[in-house]
Amino acid sequence: MTSVLAATDVFSEQALTALVAGAILAGVPLMFAALGELVSQRAGVLNIGLEGMMLMGAYAGFVAAYHGGTEWLGYGAGLLAGAGVSLLMVLFCVRWGLDQIVTGIAITLTCEGATGLIFEAEFAESRPTLGAADKVAVPVLSDLPVVGGKGESNGSIFTQPLIVYIGLGLAVVVAWVLRRTHMGLNVRAAGDAPGALDAAGVSVFATRSWAVLFAGAMAGLGGACLAIVSTGLFQDTIVGGRGFIAIVLAMLARGRPLWAILGAMLFGASLSIADWAQVAQINISTDLIFMLPFLLVLVVLVLFGRRAYLPAALALPYERGSR
Amino acid sequence: MTETTATTELREPPHLSDATPGRAQLGRVGDFLLRSILPLVLAVGTGSIVLVAIGVDPIQYYKDVYSGGVQFAAWQDSLMRVAPLLLIAVGLIVAFRAGIWNLGMDGQFLLAAAVISGIGSRFEEHLPNTINLVVLFLIAGAVAAAWTIVPAVLKARYELNEIITTLMMTFIGINLAQILVKGPFQDPSTTTPQTRALDFSALLPSIPGTESSTRRWPGVHVGVVVALIAAFVVWFLLSRTSLGLRLQVLGASTRSARHMGLDVPRLIIVTFLLSGMFVGFAAATEILGVKGYQRADWDPAFGLSVVPLVFLARLHPIGVIPYVVLLSLASIGGDYAAQNAGLTPKFTLLLVGLTLIYMALTEWIARRAELGGSYFPGASYRRQRASGTG
Repeated sequence: MTSVLAATDVFSEQALTALVAGAILAGVPLMFAALGELVSQRAGVLNIGLEGMMLMGAYAGFVAAYHGGTEWLGYGAGLLAGAGVSLLMVLFCVRWGLDQIVTGIAITLTCEGATGLIFEAEFAESRPTLGAADKVAVPVLSDLPVVGGKGESNGSIFTQPLIVYIGLGLAVVVAWVLRRTHMGLNVRAAGDAPGALDAAGVSVFATRSWAVLFAGAMAGLGGACLAIVSTGLFQDTIVGGRGFIAIVLAMLARGRPLWAILGAMLFGASLSIADWAQVAQINISTDLIFMLPFLLVLVVLVLFGRRAYLPAALALPYERGSR
Repeated sequence: MTETTATTELREPPHLSDATPGRAQLGRVGDFLLRSILPLVLAVGTGSIVLVAIGVDPIQYYKDVYSGGVQFAAWQDSLMRVAPLLLIAVGLIVAFRAGIWNLGMDGQFLLAAAVISGIGSRFEEHLPNTINLVVLFLIAGAVAAAWTIVPAVLKARYELNEIITTLMMTFIGINLAQILVKGPFQDPSTTTPQTRALDFSALLPSIPGTESSTRRWPGVHVGVVVALIAAFVVWFLLSRTSLGLRLQVLGASTRSARHMGLDVPRLIIVTFLLSGMFVGFAAATEILGVKGYQRADWDPAFGLSVVPLVFLARLHPIGVIPYVVLLSLASIGGDYAAQNAGLTPKFTLLLVGLTLIYMALTEWIARRAELGGSYFPGASYRRQRASGTG
């Protein structure tokens, strides 16, 4: 009898709503970062520094939101911080043609050291937290069961902070730009055939620089989301490998933004299921749930390895006139 | 490319032949000062500015790093930290020389550590101590090597980018290690998620003469010697055997390797296995020499911070030793200094990251001034692939 009761509790509307909300909360920061990384990769720059850019964004976003009192200042600061860090990548990897992987690792290490150090020096005693971000309820739809989420503490699909909707909209815009516009064609050419792009009179350096800046800004925004929306605080382990997960997601999306969103949400869902299982006292290892998405992807890769696609000139510096 | 240049490239490691004109201009000492010392000096300088900015006296801080890393038997800890770091560095050097980015070292490390700390306590009852330790070492190496098989095969067969696959295997490996520690290897006598501690007598013996009067700790464990031997073995392997030459060729150009008739897929798999094996040995030294057990939340994340050292030493397995010693000192002493100054130990990480950034800067300056040489032997290969059909 007790097990039946527990099962109905777990599948109650409230529990399911919490599950959906948790998936979004965990998925959105990943979505931003993966989206940025995807554009950068399409332009031929493998941005391993994503983890560091997210951390910097999380720190700047948190501090700005804390002192400024509004979440939007936080998002803006996160965006700028991420873009600022990616300037290093632009200079080193796009302009000077230095190794992208080494530069990326340097950025990640430096940002991890810097944010931990500065935060500790500034907030060692107080360890402040932010209030919950304001949520926007979509009219009508937010009244739906489970996915509506009106009045729930964490909302659901149709009751989320505005930034979530902005992110989803952005993904659609990026998908459209990459696929249907001249700008998108340039970005793809910078990754697939930089020589041809150069011959067509478009600067490979400029195209790649903008793509890397975009990636940095998105990673910073993702980090800010993580600090402001998902957790409401900053700690040095806040990003905890999500930058690397986003890199993997972007690569697995094979250049298609909508797949990156799907991947981010799937990963968010697995994080959320872990919490949900714990609350529901289902005896299943959270570690197992965390590794399931990757295990799944790896099985797919082993089975369909041939179909993996990456831009031809990924991680290769472009040098004018070199053969 | 003419016949003669092709043969010289084959006879010499590609990055060394790159460096020849630079050596002539700058001289060996100048080259060493520019590439191997300058980035470190600049990083420490920038670090000092950061320290001043947050109100910490840098001179006192660096003094504390020294005393925390060397004095009062702390040199034992620093020396023992050398073992895992050096073994990871050696593992990375093998892979990087072949142009393979094994970035999954943290997963390989933790998984190997979990397996031997889990089964170690069961083994120790049945086997004599020495054999037990050797067996556990080999098991750690085998587990970590096995963890590279999937990325290795995917790269060898489908030319799938190993960065993505090794990163994924790291996530899976870390989680799997936690499942193992919390599940089958859980110490039944405690609720803390951790493995049963190995018997004190079952740990690695210490090197005679390294005992300290100020501490009960027996001394520096022999894992350090194992690591040093490994560095020499890999140096011999890379510079004196045909396998080493084949790895160099593969690292310089996959196409050349294929044209030479080398079995590229097999070479890739062998490289991965070797690289993973050394990372596994690193885990063994840390578990069998220092920790004796593993907690589920333990993740030292040595991996990325070793990368700069490997490049500072220009992928030389013996050349990397002084840098590893330096990092060990900085990380053991850094913990103490940070505590004294009321900071997080993250400052060491900042120094490592800054060093890597300044290395990249040095690389660019040297390239602009046409001084020759490179930290990144793979660079020439990548430029080739950009223009080729590859």
